[in-house]
Amino acid sequence: MKTCLTALISSLMIFSPMAYADKWSDQFPHIKATGDIPGDCSYEKMSKKNYKGKTLKINTHAIPVMGEPTALHAEQFEKLTGAKVEVTHTPAGDLYSKAMVPFQAGQAPYDVVFGFSNFINDWKRYLAPVPKKYMNSPEMKDVTKSHMGVSSWDGTMYQYPVDGDRHYLKYRKDVIDNPEMQKKYKADTGNELRVPRTWKEYAQMAKYFNDWDWDGDGEKEYGSAEVMKKDDLMFAAFFSRSVAYAKNPRTPGGFFFDLETMKPNINNPGFVEALTDWVEATKYVPPGGTNFGLGDEIGSFGGGQTLFSFSWDDAFIAAMQDDSPIKNKVGAAPLPGADRVWNRVSNSWENQYNQAPYIVWGWAVGVAKKSKVKDMAFDYLCFFSNGANHQADLAIGRFGVNPFKNSDFDPNIYINSMGWDPEIANSYTQTLLDMEKSNNRVFPLRVPGVFEFTSAVATGTSKALAGQLSPQEALDEVAKEWEAIVSRVGKKAVQDAYAVGVKMEDNKL
Amino acid sequence: MNFKHKYFFLFPGLFVLIGILIFPIIFVVRLSLSGWNSYNPGLDYIGLENYIRLFTDDPRFWESFFRLSFLSVTTVILQYVIGFALAHMVWKDIKFKRFFRVLFLVPMMTTPVIMTVIWRTFFHESLGPVNDLLSVFGVAPKWLTDPVIAKFTVIIVEVWQWTPFMFLLLLAGLLSLPKEPFLAAAIDGASPVRKFIYVTFPLMAPISIGAIIIRLIEASKIMDTVYVLTSGGPGTSTETSSFYIFIKGLREFQMGYAASMSFTYLIIMIISLTIIAKVLTKVLLKE
Repeated sequence: MKTCLTALISSLMIFSPMAYADKWSDQFPHIKATGDIPGDCSYEKMSKKNYKGKTLKINTHAIPVMGEPTALHAEQFEKLTGAKVEVTHTPAGDLYSKAMVPFQAGQAPYDVVFGFSNFINDWKRYLAPVPKKYMNSPEMKDVTKSHMGVSSWDGTMYQYPVDGDRHYLKYRKDVIDNPEMQKKYKADTGNELRVPRTWKEYAQMAKYFNDWDWDGDGEKEYGSAEVMKKDDLMFAAFFSRSVAYAKNPRTPGGFFFDLETMKPNINNPGFVEALTDWVEATKYVPPGGTNFGLGDEIGSFGGGQTLFSFSWDDAFIAAMQDDSPIKNKVGAAPLPGADRVWNRVSNSWENQYNQAPYIVWGWAVGVAKKSKVKDMAFDYLCFFSNGANHQADLAIGRFGVNPFKNSDFDPNIYINSMGWDPEIANSYTQTLLDMEKSNNRVFPLRVPGVFEFTSAVATGTSKALAGQLSPQEALDEVAKEWEAIVSRVGKKAVQDAYAVGVKMEDNKL
Repeated sequence: MNFKHKYFFLFPGLFVLIGILIFPIIFVVRLSLSGWNSYNPGLDYIGLENYIRLFTDDPRFWESFFRLSFLSVTTVILQYVIGFALAHMVWKDIKFKRFFRVLFLVPMMTTPVIMTVIWRTFFHESLGPVNDLLSVFGVAPKWLTDPVIAKFTVIIVEVWQWTPFMFLLLLAGLLSLPKEPFLAAAIDGASPVRKFIYVTFPLMAPISIGAIIIRLIEASKIMDTVYVLTSGGPGTSTETSSFYIFIKGLREFQMGYAASMSFTYLIIMIISLTIIAKVLTKVLLKE
């Protein structure tokens, strides 16, 4: 039944736009590719609302990532409903505190607050749950199970889904699939040149294709672009490299901690192996690559500087935009795996192939519980992610809006409205879809004081990358800090919250 | 006559003083005795727990403090030397004196965060123009990714940004010096070097002490340069006290603990700057 419903919605979203295209896309060129798409929060429906004399205050990220679509949809919402929408743009690092300080003081200077999905545990007591009306809408029914879980806390949705994030591998298809390159690589290394199945293969290929002009553009290219800058989302990159070694499907009960004892797993041999690989990776990133933030990573891979990259969708979308020098020359694949995986129960390595998707945290947005215009706020969010806006936003890499609906996994969207090569569109959507189907997924840590935990990881791993500590020493330091945080926050509080995430990872939610 | 009513006139000033100076400090002290954080908002009372943690279990704070001491002392010494040289240059009658006076002040008038973004672009190791130029000589320093060089990159940006402030104070000092000692030195046939060592420098000592102390206070708060340029990295090699307090307070939202660090830092700075001022006075004024 669910599959039929999804298929119906997908068909509606893909094929029905043409009938409405003329009416709304003249006024709102942003949706010119599809026109309005029928739904509870379509342009048509929103135009019938009257919010004249009411003001909606939004705190969002700086332009462009998420800030630009927020402002754009605010302007559209104003035109359609007569509301006044005030948008404040805030740097990513300050989104948490900018909402949290007034929240804790019992104020609500913003009706709508943007942040990251892993803020949910700290923010949920200050946010209004998404009303049933929206939960039952066809658009919401189209949201993937993973992202329903990411936006919710133990069954109650506090964050309105506007974005879907996961980390996956991006590679230069024109190199990896090039028969001449494959022959040369085989001759020089004795190995096959293919989409890397393991991080060790990734490293071998990245090293081989490092520091020489392999695409003949007159400039040197490098092996890999990664987020390695301290405190700039680097901990997420580290977790992406760790899942293959440390997320064992045969040992449920916690990836980050042992749920029963709340002892951190972060310094077990699986994580240490991943950090050792990462330290090695400093040798095949572009000059200055160890100071790359997300923007640098997107610019580097998207600009054709590296063979590989992994993290959020943005680098892939940037590479596939019309103005990219490598449009239709890139491929998407699951994160590399490992030939062995750590078993934390038997305290030993299992010598078998393991791969685990990382459904990383991404953009999230909620409505303040103390807001006086909650209806309008939810209508705005529903409008933000309506079919037409969502499809148009997906096509613009800098917007930071990525697939989170089942209908997003239809390759025709990318082929027809974005001009993607069918083979690439298929590999992209299949990669994302496979992650949704996997039973060995890792979800972001969402416990009280989450920033203390992730900040400790960023500090520890950056010390290892800088050579200040060995991988084992660095992660021992992180584990010690995590134990101290658990003790400060309270073991029970962290354990209860972590149990919710573990249920998702163990496929019980 | 009874003049007691005169005290009423003190109230507005006193009120402002309490509001903007005393209250925030008292609030920080009270906050430092609480466990306020993201999961436990509110001014509960946990005694000296935060201070005990700071003094017994947080080597990172002390490492960042010693790093800060190195960065601020080095930058201020460089700013003083360069600022004095520039001020001395435009104090003399040289061509385009006014132009240079304005030119030397330009870096200070720019917005530090914006300028640091530009410096970061300059020093970008694969895309920046600095290494592009240096590649002609076959060198490509790791400006932002080598733990040692990154410290000097921070120093370069800080010196560029704030030398004009030192220049301004020292130029004002030079312009206010009496002419008589210089005339006497000229009559005695003193060379320019001897004139500088025995006349200019001693006469400038009081203003030099003031300028150095003001800059040390400012330099010890270095935050935006580190935040934009390196985020305290690679590793923790450029992390300073204020940046570390920022991370604990506004990133990790450990408000109580960050307040205890801020208050401890304030006390350390008051003590150390008082000692530095005394030592400078003793050395430069030979008191």
